[in-house]
Amino acid sequence: MIEVKNIHKSFSGVEVLKGISTTFDKGKTNLIIGQSGSGKTVFIKCLLGLFDYEEGCISYDGKVFSELSEYEKRNLRADIGMVFQGSALFDSMSIAENVMFPLKMFTNQSKSEMEDRVDFVLKRVNLIDAHNKMPSEASGGMQKRVAIARAIVNNPKYLFCDEPNSGLDPKTAIIIDNLIQEITLEYDITTVINSHDMNSVMEIGEKIVFLKNGLKAWEGSKETIFKTDNKVVTDFVYSSELMKKVRQMYIEEKQ
Amino acid sequence: MTYLNYIGAYFLMIAEMFRKPTKWSVMKQLILKDIDDLIIGSLGIVAFISFFVGGVVTIQTALNIDNPLIPKYLVGFATRQSVVLEFAPTFISIIMAGKVGSFITSSIGTMRVTEQIDALEVMGINSLNYLVFPKFIALMLYPFVISIAMFLGIFGGMAACVYGGFSSLDDYIIGIQTDFTPFHITYAFIKTLVFAFVLATIPSYHGFYMKGGALEVGKASTTSFVWTSVVIILLNYILTQMLLS
Repeated sequence: MIEVKNIHKSFSGVEVLKGISTTFDKGKTNLIIGQSGSGKTVFIKCLLGLFDYEEGCISYDGKVFSELSEYEKRNLRADIGMVFQGSALFDSMSIAENVMFPLKMFTNQSKSEMEDRVDFVLKRVNLIDAHNKMPSEASGGMQKRVAIARAIVNNPKYLFCDEPNSGLDPKTAIIIDNLIQEITLEYDITTVINSHDMNSVMEIGEKIVFLKNGLKAWEGSKETIFKTDNKVVTDFVYSSELMKKVRQMYIEEKQ
Repeated sequence: MTYLNYIGAYFLMIAEMFRKPTKWSVMKQLILKDIDDLIIGSLGIVAFISFFVGGVVTIQTALNIDNPLIPKYLVGFATRQSVVLEFAPTFISIIMAGKVGSFITSSIGTMRVTEQIDALEVMGINSLNYLVFPKFIALMLYPFVISIAMFLGIFGGMAACVYGGFSSLDDYIIGIQTDFTPFHITYAFIKTLVFAFVLATIPSYHGFYMKGGALEVGKASTTSFVWTSVVIILLNYILTQMLLS
């Protein structure tokens, strides 16, 4: 479980996060949603330790990140897997080498053990016969799957995904969402996804944190987001005609 | 004040580069790859430029010596002094600031833009040690490149001198042996090692701390070339003053 208490973060005097507190539960897909510029990426980068924050604390299973020694931070980071918005695959390495990279850096496994593990995770993300391709030769969906494979290859306890289905067609986006949810359940990890895609919210949002202007405006799940009367949330969720019709149908059904 | 910030950030980067070392089995491969990219990959252009510029130095010297009292071997002597003292260590380093420096800045800058550096940091890897340290070690072989530049510069001068009919081969050989001071070679290699450090770190700094997108990668490469050249020229002056005067 990841616990966040009163996080404040500013850039050049402008406060981007204004005291966010929440928890992200183990074995669940936790979503951070909000409009562009609401502070989602800054929040996830604070969670990852890529940004220092001025106030508050973040704890991973009871360990406060800012109080850890460099050695402990390094060990904790070995338990974190991250899927970046643009996949962030190392373009000088093949797909297999990208996935093998965390194993090379953090384990003392033999080459054959590492190859077996790479084969296993690549099969798990439905990538077969892609080992020797370079990232530039892979499609956007394939790159996301490689990024997921790289993130889970070292059995992480925490998985972070920054807009994992941005730039993907709706069908591939759902495949990626479902894959992340399956992996979360299978490995019993704490998954935090940063998204503004409503399909993801409805598909996999077991816990949803809604940010607006650097504040937590609402918290709930994919079931409760339909029922909420919080205007800030309904304005965001039901901004499209399709979602307005879905809400109307829900209200009519309720009556 | 801004420049002081940049200078401070540069020295902090250098300190960070030596902290939290990357696993040796991985580092070894990175160093070998950088030796191939930065040293072996530069030999062709260095050889080409050295040979022809050596020839030009010889021709220019020979054409400017029209006094019959000045011995013919002076052409070889002047070529050797120019190539060993200035042309090979300094001129080639400026060329390398363009070739190797731009490569370093753009490759690290692209990694920054595409979040590959963030990916390294999230994994708990010291990205400066992972990216910059192997380049620094690889460029410690830079004196090898400069040795080749010295040899080919003098050899190119000899070819131009003999085949251009400016003096005989014997005169040229006597010239390159006249008043030879071994310390001049030491001085050239001290400069080379300092320039190698500059070539590895200034372009890395510009790539690592760049912000923006593809356009900024291009701008960072240009800025990196300008600053690397400026620092090389300044250090050349300071080292010459310190070591030769």
